[in-house]
Amino acid sequence: MFNRFLRWLFFGLIVRPFTLIIIGLNIRHTERLPQKGPAILVANHNSHLDTLVLMSLFSLKQLPQIHPVAAADYFLRNRLFAWFALNIIGIIPLARKVQARTDPFVAAYTALSQGQILILFPEGTRGQPEFMNHFKNGIARLAKNCADVPIIPIFLHGLGKSLPKGETVLVPFFCDVFVGEALQWEGDKKHYMQKLDAAMHELASEGNFAPWE
Amino acid sequence: MFEWEVKPTLLWASAGVVLLLIISTVIIAFLTHRYPKKNFSELRARLRSWWWMAGIFILAMLIDKVISLFLFGFLSFLALKEYLSLIPTRRADRRVLFWAYLAILLQYYWVGIAWYGVFIIFIPVYMFLFLPIRMILIGETEGFLKAAGTLHWGLMTTVFCLSHAAYLLALPDEVNPTGGAGLLLFLVFLTEFNDVLQYIWGKLLGQHKIIPKVSPNKTWEGFLGGLVTTTFMAVLLAPWLTPLNLWQSGFAGILIATAGFFGDVSISAIKRDLGIKDSGNLLPGHGGILDRVDSLTYTAPLFFHFIYYLHY
Repeated sequence: MFNRFLRWLFFGLIVRPFTLIIIGLNIRHTERLPQKGPAILVANHNSHLDTLVLMSLFSLKQLPQIHPVAAADYFLRNRLFAWFALNIIGIIPLARKVQARTDPFVAAYTALSQGQILILFPEGTRGQPEFMNHFKNGIARLAKNCADVPIIPIFLHGLGKSLPKGETVLVPFFCDVFVGEALQWEGDKKHYMQKLDAAMHELASEGNFAPWE
Repeated sequence: MFEWEVKPTLLWASAGVVLLLIISTVIIAFLTHRYPKKNFSELRARLRSWWWMAGIFILAMLIDKVISLFLFGFLSFLALKEYLSLIPTRRADRRVLFWAYLAILLQYYWVGIAWYGVFIIFIPVYMFLFLPIRMILIGETEGFLKAAGTLHWGLMTTVFCLSHAAYLLALPDEVNPTGGAGLLLFLVFLTEFNDVLQYIWGKLLGQHKIIPKVSPNKTWEGFLGGLVTTTFMAVLLAPWLTPLNLWQSGFAGILIATAGFFGDVSISAIKRDLGIKDSGNLLPGHGGILDRVDSLTYTAPLFFHFIYYLHY
């Protein structure tokens, strides 16, 4: 209960003013965001800020339902960090290296069955700033096992400039958030990945971004 | 005790702005009712944004100088951020841009302590020399001139030029009965009034394009119509809000109308160069913050130096 209150304070007093004022969001197609769970948001990953920005797309009232799925090896590396990641950010930890024949998404299925909204970065890592890597196949497995949960692709641009991997100084840039149409599972993994890939590239092409070399 | 002292003239002037907004709201409501098939949603969004902008600006001005200062500093921050997000920047210059943002704080601090000598050279001299030093220390030479040039243009436009509007508040009160706030209201109101009037005259009579390659919607009729109306308004308002005499206020009106026009099209030229339509979507119906403060980046320094030369 106390942690829930802290989480609410952290997002209300720090995260939202920060993402909305210091960063500033240009959101397109807000109407495509899910009103309630279960739903999965998938986005390209450039910066630690990605998660905070995606969580700011929802009202504080919806906050208890929103959970990023994040790498257990990174976010649970020590006790303090783990407490913060689990209770304040509210992550669902995911094992990046999986043993054979275990499903890494078990915790995610439970959360979805409780009507939660999950945030996932299928690139698996932040990688090079402002460069989109191929999505990993795990997302197709999740789509297959939760066939009736809408999966919404979101393209993010700008946060890799503001706070790329390995940097500590934050430089404000406006962040573009382009929300795509929900994707449906149609029975084939490869086809699904192609569809998701195409949707992300189509969203990316909506922006006319200046080069950043 | 809390001391709140507002000159009655400023209250009347603010009431005038609110009255104009009410009239516009009524006209648009009437048009929506009269022509139900036409779509006025863009116009309505624009007016709603006007209400917010005018409301925040007037409240800040009436409550406290320091709040207005923070408001203009924040405006510079938003405009610089929008500019830097639109233009191509170099990966190597991330930390250089960080210093450019810090310059906003210092520039408005000089305004706050009314240190004119530093206010007027800090960005054109010190930042102009310092930012390239920071770039050289990073050592990336490819695209150096373009990066240094575009960054300085942005800093001059969004911070140096806009901060002139704020410096009106730092001018001594004795010369002008309504103080710096009166001058600021005069400048900002006429700049925005001119924007709207050039648009309306252009819509009503526009035939002959001025600079079709930069901005196809700008016409001679719009420009001249705005110029005449704005000059008339300047002559009407100047005795209440400024120390300007009749001829001076007429010239101020012409200056604001002409400078406002060029400020507007200079941002249009940048957008055309970059291949975008709006600089952002922060202000529904208007576009981004740069789309709104574009005229002010030209009118603020020119009006400031005009009045500074004549009366301070």
